[in-house]
Amino acid sequence: MNMAAVIGVPMAAAVLAAAGLVGAVSLAESATPSTAHGAEVYERCAACHSLERDRTGPRHCGLLGRKAGSVPGFEYSESMSRSGIVWTPQTLDRFLEAPTRVVPGTSMGYAGVSDPGDRRDLIAWLAAARC
Amino acid sequence: MSFFIRNASGDVLIPNRRAFLGTALLSGAGVALLAGRDALAAKNAKGGTEGNDAAILNSALGAELEAIAAYQVAAESGLLQKPVLALATQFQGHHKEHADVLAKTVAKLGGKPVAAKAKYVFPTEKLKNQADVLRFAATLEKGAVSAYLNAVPVFGNRDLSKAAASILGDEAMHWAVLRNAVGENPVPEAFVA
Repeated sequence: MNMAAVIGVPMAAAVLAAAGLVGAVSLAESATPSTAHGAEVYERCAACHSLERDRTGPRHCGLLGRKAGSVPGFEYSESMSRSGIVWTPQTLDRFLEAPTRVVPGTSMGYAGVSDPGDRRDLIAWLAAARC
Repeated sequence: MSFFIRNASGDVLIPNRRAFLGTALLSGAGVALLAGRDALAAKNAKGGTEGNDAAILNSALGAELEAIAAYQVAAESGLLQKPVLALATQFQGHHKEHADVLAKTVAKLGGKPVAAKAKYVFPTEKLKNQADVLRFAATLEKGAVSAYLNAVPVFGNRDLSKAAASILGDEAMHWAVLRNAVGENPVPEAFVA
């Protein structure tokens, strides 16, 4: 885990810049998504989610392209059901950054995945997952 | 394979069983922080965040109930040797304490606590031996650490953030002990996410 993942990229950038390590900011911004790292990031979700089955949170198989709040039989918050979101890499990125800001009232009381690189890799892994 | 703690040289240190089994990590503090705070409901009523806070707590409660069920499956699997079984039972006890306090707090905030599911599905087909069970449990505990860590900043009531951090500490200890039990570095990084 890097500093950016812990305190958020903007603050990490400020800290690194102050330390004369501006070039190191790119550590969170490498160009190629890593699904292997995405799998590691997904372990943070393991208390509530899995690919194959509904748990405290809904299953993630087939997430990309799915309408939010639409897994049959899963009891969503009203906020999520009415969000109108369709999960794309872009909407997922926004949601994962700050779930309660994007969907106020969501049952997913989770501050978010602050590191853009972590989100990119997580989304790449979710998109590549075969269920 | 052992749950015994290893020192830096890899030597096995025999733990004091009472040290493992005699520590009720959350019982006193947790009840005081959550269910024992009679002023909690009134305070939330003023702040107007009780609905969101109750929903967050209910999600945590759902995960705790699943963890209790997971440890029950582990205990009944016949795959755990006696000292590990005692440890798993202790950890399950912590999750029961968490769930009890969370349910009471959800009710205090005016919500309806989620109930345990009639049936939980776990990947038991992948659990062939003690190490498999411990790794699976470690995965759940790691997820719980992240869940509580990320709940801390979103509670409207700061007392609930403090209580979530208290549970987070307990889950992190579970995770570390389980990692150590399968021969992995119990504390691999300086930060959790």
